[in-house]
Amino acid sequence: MRQVISGNEAASLAVKLARVQVISAYPITPQTTIAEKLSEICGSGELAARFVRVESEHSAMSTLIGAASTGVRTFTATSAQGLALMHEPLFWASGARLPIVMVDVNRAMAAPWTIWCDQTDSVAQRDTGWLQFYCWSNQEIIDTVICAFKIAEKLLVPCMVCYDGFFISHTYEPVEIPEQKDVDEFLPPRNAEYKLDTENPHTFSGGTLPNYFMEFRYKLQRAFERAPEVIARVYGEYVQCFDRTYDSVESYAADDADAVLVASGSAASTVWHTVKALRDQGRKVGLLRIRQLRPFPAAELAAKIHPPQRIGVLDRNLSPGTGGVFTQEVRAALHRDGHTGRIHEFIAGLGGRDITMNNIIDIYDRLEQKTANASAINWVGLNP
Amino acid sequence: MNQGPHSAAGRPAAAVAMTDYEFCSQYDLYGHMACPGCGEKILLRHILNVLGPETVIVCPAGCAAVTDGVFPHSISPVPFLHVPFDATPAAAAGVRAGLDLSGRKHVTVLAWAGDGATFDIGMGALSAIAERNENILYVCYDNEAYMNTGIQRSSATPYGGWSTTTPKGQLKAEPKKNIGAIMAAHRIPYFASGSPAFLDDLTAKVAQAKRLSGLRFLHLLSPCPPGWKADPRDGITLARLAVESRLFPLYEIIEGTHYRLTHESSGAGFDEYLQLQGRFRYMSAGDRRILQADADRFYAQLTLRHNRNGETTVIGEEP
Repeated sequence: MRQVISGNEAASLAVKLARVQVISAYPITPQTTIAEKLSEICGSGELAARFVRVESEHSAMSTLIGAASTGVRTFTATSAQGLALMHEPLFWASGARLPIVMVDVNRAMAAPWTIWCDQTDSVAQRDTGWLQFYCWSNQEIIDTVICAFKIAEKLLVPCMVCYDGFFISHTYEPVEIPEQKDVDEFLPPRNAEYKLDTENPHTFSGGTLPNYFMEFRYKLQRAFERAPEVIARVYGEYVQCFDRTYDSVESYAADDADAVLVASGSAASTVWHTVKALRDQGRKVGLLRIRQLRPFPAAELAAKIHPPQRIGVLDRNLSPGTGGVFTQEVRAALHRDGHTGRIHEFIAGLGGRDITMNNIIDIYDRLEQKTANASAINWVGLNP
Repeated sequence: MNQGPHSAAGRPAAAVAMTDYEFCSQYDLYGHMACPGCGEKILLRHILNVLGPETVIVCPAGCAAVTDGVFPHSISPVPFLHVPFDATPAAAAGVRAGLDLSGRKHVTVLAWAGDGATFDIGMGALSAIAERNENILYVCYDNEAYMNTGIQRSSATPYGGWSTTTPKGQLKAEPKKNIGAIMAAHRIPYFASGSPAFLDDLTAKVAQAKRLSGLRFLHLLSPCPPGWKADPRDGITLARLAVESRLFPLYEIIEGTHYRLTHESSGAGFDEYLQLQGRFRYMSAGDRRILQADADRFYAQLTLRHNRNGETTVIGEEP
């Protein structure tokens, strides 16, 4: 069934289709319409879930830690300050190996106050042990949230699905909505091997001394190392059922391009349109769209870059003192692969500033004409 | 450590024959790592013996989390979920939701948290589960400071009390937070205070809490000899003196409105209670009188409310 829906509606419908059992959320712009829609779906009885209406995002995540420990399927959604408030229980969820799925509708971090989009909120959580996906369309949201449950439950690692506030969350697009019976077949009920069970009592996440702690972290890292194969397998099953799939790194005209821009989120779709327009003019430019920050698809990215291509990374986030987080990741991944070329860093669109096609054309101009600074941040669209 | 002026022989006789409890227990929590004289494991043992095996414990950082055992060891006879310090109420609500959704509504969710987790860092989340009347038995074992991190003041520390963060010269200048009034203001079905020195009273309250549904809250005094700077053998004596001196009266509040004293505190033993503990060593005579007057005033309020039950009680009205 094809419907024109917003990004937040796409996420909510995916949660319903996944037959989530416990939802807990707290209102924050631009995520709020997810909490509203899910409340409505639970209230109407369309979804037999318990919606726990908590007093903070910290409690939303803590509630899911409790609920997921009993073996049920759980979901929450948040943005920005709410995600930051969850920082502590995010580590707990991954350390306890709970397959919680969360949507983060990307919004810049205050101060100063803002409700508008950038990715600094979610990239700041990259070390918390959560898988992180970044979507660029409403179709991708519904597909990715459904897959996220399967991936998380197979790896016993929580999963965050991120997409840009307003640019995607509140934009309406035609979306192919999977049939419930097909989703049921693709995603059976969660079968938790470890859970709070009075028939088989165990203690979870108890105090651990140096003699065991590292092994817990080693096992979590191993799960992330297994993730690429599991993610590929899950999307492989998904394409069988629904005829749609996604790669961790998606290439658009990048193979023979002289200048390649690496991007994620809604900005990548602006880059995609720009690449099409510039290709029509005969310019050899391309896009590599990154769909995951964790695990970072280093090998997949390296395989899709062909020296001596000139490489730029577009970051809609900022780690002050260093720069864009995706840039750091791309540099590390390519260096590990033996790549010696320069990686040009472009910071754009912070706090919801538009990233326009002209901005992207300017970036490609600078990459092609070798006028981009290779040793410092190239700020895009900064007021003089 | 303050050895106290009393010999063992000089101690008041136990109101309850301890052996009745010691030998009839389903659970003994053998092998725990609590300090000698600690009230927490005694309280937990007697509570679990009332609740039985269909119980799940949710426990934040604190003495109980540590003394349950270090991985891979645990003394808990029932499923035990460790959660972040500030997360107990919300995590317990999540466990409740998950159990309900998977056909295990009969299982008791026991939130087991200290005063730091309850009075301080978890207060917002506690208020939220009380307002939502979540079907949880929340028990605060109150040792009146952050004992697990080494005796720092909490909002449950008594007026005039010493701690490492309320040292000599800056003793705690504020009275202990009135948790009973806070919980009553949420109109939860059941609130009760309890003491390891009054086990009949305690177990009756646990049984009553188990019979009810919604948020039930037990506030239990948990003597802490290392933190209170007292002799470990005085743990239960101190628990008894706290009740008799009216510093920790035994009472319950039904539906946030009906107060009932479950033990008549004689008012005796106030000086002895303070003398047995090094944490009150630096209090001036004036501060002692302030603390005692405050306890007497609170006890008088409880008595008045106790006597008024059956009459219409107006929420928030001072007796």
